[in-house]
Amino acid sequence: MKYYILLLFVCVSLTANAQLFSTRNGFIGFYSETPFENIVAENNQVYAIMDVSKKTIAFSMLMKSFVFQKELMQVHFNEDYIESDKFPKANFTGSFTETIDPSKNGNFIVHVSGTMTMHGIAKPFTATASLVINNNTIDGTSNFTINPADFNIKIPSLVRKKIAQLIDVKIKVSLHP
Amino acid sequence: MRKFYTVIICFLFSINVFAQDSSLLNMIDDSMSVNMQKMYVTGTFKSIYIINTQSVETTAKNSLLFSIMHRFGKINDGGYNFFGLDNATMRLGFDYGITSDLSVGIGRSTFEKTFDGHLKYKLLKQTDGTNKMPVTVDIFSGMYYTSLKSDDAALDKLSYDISLLIARKFSSKFSIQLTPSLLHYNLVPTVADNNNVFVTGIGGRMLITKHMSVNAEYDYIFPNQVNSIKMYNSLSAGIDIETGGHVFQLHVTNSQGMAEPLFLGKTTGTWRKGDIFFGFNISRVFNFGHSDKKKQ
Repeated sequence: MKYYILLLFVCVSLTANAQLFSTRNGFIGFYSETPFENIVAENNQVYAIMDVSKKTIAFSMLMKSFVFQKELMQVHFNEDYIESDKFPKANFTGSFTETIDPSKNGNFIVHVSGTMTMHGIAKPFTATASLVINNNTIDGTSNFTINPADFNIKIPSLVRKKIAQLIDVKIKVSLHP
Repeated sequence: MRKFYTVIICFLFSINVFAQDSSLLNMIDDSMSVNMQKMYVTGTFKSIYIINTQSVETTAKNSLLFSIMHRFGKINDGGYNFFGLDNATMRLGFDYGITSDLSVGIGRSTFEKTFDGHLKYKLLKQTDGTNKMPVTVDIFSGMYYTSLKSDDAALDKLSYDISLLIARKFSSKFSIQLTPSLLHYNLVPTVADNNNVFVTGIGGRMLITKHMSVNAEYDYIFPNQVNSIKMYNSLSAGIDIETGGHVFQLHVTNSQGMAEPLFLGKTTGTWRKGDIFFGFNISRVFNFGHSDKKKQ
């Protein structure tokens, strides 16, 4: 009896599992450009997962994993702006409408919508992403902008001119089954 | 065997739970906490100085930190000297971060025309996450040369300091540092004075806003080491204001000197009599290296 139950679970879990694609070293970059200063922060330890059958996707990352070119900027980012002691993670969870078939190579554009949470603030969010399926690997990229003010990140007037109003965000993930 | 099944069943259950809608996030968050690497604690202090004492912060890699420090005269000098503002001593200093853990600095104080040079190295770094290291520990070593004209031989004008800086950031707002130091003076005024002087300091900061903190420090000198002059323990209090690459520190202290052998071992002012010096430190960071190169 036990075995049957087990077997059942295994089957159920296998069907659910077979459609999951994930990574632990996705890439997300923040880019701020102003006439005074260009700021680059990059995170290569982004966790991402996609359920192809349910058409859902999720991202999660530690804010402390963002690497800046200037050490002091990284300290200020963590201490003053993103407050990574209080809000260590940012994440996104959402879904897309398009159907994709990971067993066939090809390019897809998907429209993703869901909730982005950063600095303790959850916001509805939509973006388009392009997916390239190649030998059972899904390479996803997306570019969009976010406004720090939407996430209650206050930038003091003294450094206001050095940080762009809208931050460019680039995402690159390579998802494996 | 039974345990094994339970584990498997739990595992499968958890996968079933994951397969539900927003649970993808739980799945990666679980995987994240399993693979959590250690993270160094940053921003224990805003400046490389608590007030007079060096803090555990080192200058960032490839950055040059320029600091201007002022201590005005005694507040109890009275109105004629504008409560000390007519007389100022100052120190100009440069610190450079060779790596993110090692920095080197030079400075010149008008007080006794003192040149100084120092090294600061992070031995241990406080971490959060797994394998926690509770404190950050730096070793600081300084050398000081008093160039005030006198009959003393050049070697006699040298003094040294070696300190351990042991700090813990208890919360995002509150940090404490213990600073045991050994000073060595090549020449002391009388035989009653020790060439080697032990001092231990305690200092801390409390953030009041994200960009402003209240700091205080106290340095206790063990008794019967300096006898030819009437000296006191150094006590200072002030605020730090940080604006981008600048840190402004405003404070009151009973020490006028801005080098370790001066404020640790030769503080002659006492708070009780009003021998209080108003002062400030201003620091500005300049970045070098490839840091400005645009990367796409």
